[in-house]
Amino acid sequence: MRRQIIAGVIATGVVTGAAFAQSAKPSDPEIAHIAYTAGALDVEAAKQALAKSRNPLVRSFAEEMLRDHEAVNRQALDLCKTLNVTPADNDTSKSLTKAAADTRAKLATLDGAAFDRAYVANEIAYHKTVNGALATVLIPSSSNAELRKLLQTGLKLFQGHELHAEHTAAQLK
Amino acid sequence: MTWLALLAAFAAGSAGRTPAKVFTITISEMAFSAAPTSVVAGDAIEWTNRDVVAHTVTAKNGAWDVTVAPGKTVRITMKSAGTFDYFCRFHPNMTSRIVVKRPKWQHGNG
Repeated sequence: MRRQIIAGVIATGVVTGAAFAQSAKPSDPEIAHIAYTAGALDVEAAKQALAKSRNPLVRSFAEEMLRDHEAVNRQALDLCKTLNVTPADNDTSKSLTKAAADTRAKLATLDGAAFDRAYVANEIAYHKTVNGALATVLIPSSSNAELRKLLQTGLKLFQGHELHAEHTAAQLK
Repeated sequence: MTWLALLAAFAAGSAGRTPAKVFTITISEMAFSAAPTSVVAGDAIEWTNRDVVAHTVTAKNGAWDVTVAPGKTVRITMKSAGTFDYFCRFHPNMTSRIVVKRPKWQHGNG
């Protein structure tokens, strides 16, 4: 049995726990659920940023996250329907959801520039973690060619987000 | 100068120019397709976005910066010769380069 543990999500500078822990090679329905959950959680993070931040750079970045992740998740759901795959909840999705809830709670206690910096720092860490999982676990484990292609495009998209988040963080200093 | 003289001057100035061309670049799966290699100042380039997310075509030197919504096409006229490195502001890992040459009729005219 393969055991893979990928680095945790850093929330406001504090490691909150392992985000991706897989006790066996995930199935396609599990992979679909993990990828969808990762996108949906970043949409939640973007909504929190749009509710709290007044910084145009941060708001513009958050709007992009909202737009992109919603668009890709719609595409993922359409593909699942086409392939007749029902996304299956699993420990990795649960772990991601728990870590994101902890992060949102910590970010909720911050305001102004402190919130902006923490939100963008978390976006860098979050995308880094998800991208690592896509490259080392989710893409290599996927069986269906169309699912794999969607994940590969998703990886390029999220790598773009990671870079954009890094540029935004540099501009906030 | 009469309008006839103006017309004659315009005709003389236009002699030898080829009509402006329109080149196409596709944005798909988070990448710009290969840049055309025979673009001349005055030609236009159309970018068509086949992804489900919006992109931008942004010249690093600030010459142009346009958003391309999913499924849409934008056209930019290349006004001057030069080498233009460009990228997507939303996804800065998407980069490419366009080389715009001077039109033949301009060679030797500084």
